[in-house]
Amino acid sequence: MDFRLTQDQVDLQAGMRSLLAGRFGRERLREAADGGEVFDRALWGELAGAGLFTLRVPVEGDGLGLGLAEAVLVFEEAGRALVPGPLVASELAVALGQGGTAGTVAGLVRVPRGRGPLLVEQLPSLDVLLVLDVAAGELRRVDPVDVLAVAREVRGVDPLTRLWEVTGPLPQGSPVSRADPDRVWCEGTLLTAALQVGLAARAVGSAVAYAGQREQFGQPIGAFQAVQHLCADMLGRLEPARVAVRAAALALDADGGAGSGAGGQAGVAPDAAAEVAGAKLLADEAAVHGARDCLQVHGGMGFTWEGDVHLLLKRAWVRQQSFAGAEECAELLAERLL
Amino acid sequence: MDLRDTPAEAAFRRGLREWLGKTLPELPPPPDPGDWPGRRAYDTAWQRRLFDAGYAGVHWPAEAGGRGATPVEHLIFLEETERAGAPYVGANFVGLLHAGPTIAAEGTPEQRRRYLPPILSGEEIWCQGFSEPGAGSDLAALRTRAVRDGDEYVVSGSKIWTSHAEVADWCELLVRTDPAAPKHRGISWLVLPMDAPGVTVRPLRTLAGTTEFAELFLDDVRVPVANRIGEENDGWRVTMVTLSFERGTAFASEVVACRRTLGALARLAKQNGAWEDTALRRRLGLLAGLFGALWRLVQWNVSEAMAAGAEGGGGGGGVPGAGASVFKLRFSEARQELYDLAAEVLGSGSLVLAAAGSGEDEWTAQRLQGLSYTIAAGTSQIQRTIVAQRVLGMPKQQKTAGGA
Repeated sequence: MDFRLTQDQVDLQAGMRSLLAGRFGRERLREAADGGEVFDRALWGELAGAGLFTLRVPVEGDGLGLGLAEAVLVFEEAGRALVPGPLVASELAVALGQGGTAGTVAGLVRVPRGRGPLLVEQLPSLDVLLVLDVAAGELRRVDPVDVLAVAREVRGVDPLTRLWEVTGPLPQGSPVSRADPDRVWCEGTLLTAALQVGLAARAVGSAVAYAGQREQFGQPIGAFQAVQHLCADMLGRLEPARVAVRAAALALDADGGAGSGAGGQAGVAPDAAAEVAGAKLLADEAAVHGARDCLQVHGGMGFTWEGDVHLLLKRAWVRQQSFAGAEECAELLAERLL
Repeated sequence: MDLRDTPAEAAFRRGLREWLGKTLPELPPPPDPGDWPGRRAYDTAWQRRLFDAGYAGVHWPAEAGGRGATPVEHLIFLEETERAGAPYVGANFVGLLHAGPTIAAEGTPEQRRRYLPPILSGEEIWCQGFSEPGAGSDLAALRTRAVRDGDEYVVSGSKIWTSHAEVADWCELLVRTDPAAPKHRGISWLVLPMDAPGVTVRPLRTLAGTTEFAELFLDDVRVPVANRIGEENDGWRVTMVTLSFERGTAFASEVVACRRTLGALARLAKQNGAWEDTALRRRLGLLAGLFGALWRLVQWNVSEAMAAGAEGGGGGGGVPGAGASVFKLRFSEARQELYDLAAEVLGSGSLVLAAAGSGEDEWTAQRLQGLSYTIAAGTSQIQRTIVAQRVLGMPKQQKTAGGA
């Protein structure tokens, strides 16, 4: 056993981090938040070029031929950078052969939906919409243009996540062959958890940095234990979540290939599914609670639009609602105990 | 990233499983928790079996008489012995996990020859004399004095929370040898023979009703200078070696135990109907996810220790870093949550203690005993400060004029 990252994995993650720092840094983030274009197709193309969506595509299909173990590392970075757009669905679509390697934008919805309206992120920009039909036990591909005809834009809480509500019936579309819906859902849940881990790491870094600069009572507020313990708890939630995500990726990789179980067996091995559920629960908690604590450390500045903290918290809320949520994960884990 | 055993690790695991399968059925029934001589005999007999089979001090370096196994193999040892339901380290705890590794790292060749073999074979039992009534979280404030008199120290003072003092042969003792020096620089680490004149042990009763530790009174106890480990006044640094061992893999087997206990609790909830309570059931699920992640965190920390050992040449036995504080913090609170949840599952049954020695699950006794987890080996508040200052690099507080 050696749980540490290999040098290749370290380099892959560092490469994605530096690409995103240059291409989607703070200025670009603020531009998007303050009324600029939210969804940037050119950036999407560059991320595709850097392999964000093609990591798991075999080498003979112009991909990198890697696994979820690598995918979660680059998704941590995308989460840290707060890159807007349907990153996870696009990766899944490309891995399933439902999009090209040049930056397909894909969405994914599951029906029947949970509580609340059926929302689709960035609907007009989508090339593909995948519909995971639980009752039929299949994954279908529908034309986003047909869906747009029965949808309307709503005001989303996160300024960087534009949302459309589907008000009419979804078109039937065509089944995606050889796709295992349970596995697709599980992979999407895992990659979303990886985004949350990256976001939670940014929240810790931001809180610690601000607490080191902001002075009250003649010293940095980060010197007070009340503030230190908030930050320590943020890290205490982040670290278990991070290793849980990485271990779950290894478990899913061992269980089968992209989208469809290797060896043709349906579904996901129960232990691997439980690891993914635990990873998502902990990552959501690390991100949402972490962003809340980060806001608290920033004091009044945390409550302003001008500060970045609200962008972290709002995105964490969006991802918490993406793929498997807390109830679903907790029930799955509980069932596994018996 | 690879969580699978290497061929060597798989072979180690296989051999250990076979030995445990053969050995555990031969063990006598465990003694009553209040029977200290019986507990010592039981724990040391188990240690002797480990010794004879080559599993004593798995993680100790070979030159100290240990197996010289890697941190990963040590983790496999803890995992497999816990899974098989083997006896706990018990009275051998301080010797094997604190005093022994410290002497192996800091002792002279002569001291290592004298003290290490009887720890490994279970012949001698150690206890820990660190904390004092006035020195808990602020351990360096300790006041037990040792005054040099020829080639002896004359030691006076008192210690508290000394586990296994009733049956120990030796005590790893922290004393102040230079009262004029800054508090961290005047401390020395001594080996105290527990049968020396002037040593008085007074057992302390815990809130669980058992006597798991004691107070230790020292009245002009004469300890040979040759019993000092490390240099005079260098005891604080020597101690840090021990404490970092304590915060490392010490709870690894307990994570395995908690995961098993959580499964038993879920089945109990299913039986008595508590499972139908949606909120309770989901909290059990969440806790399962947390214990799963804490086990992964142990594996992560051990992988890092393995690498640190390989780079630092520490005989394969890497000293766990401050990152272990994150684990300690989350684990001790998760374990308390586990037994609090058990009380919710049991309802009014949580007010009833199982009859001693009845063999029934002692949910409530464990709930009481678990209250120590956020206090012992560094309180959760101290752990948070360590995480903030040493892991996150946050500044230390300055004294403020006029109060803040």
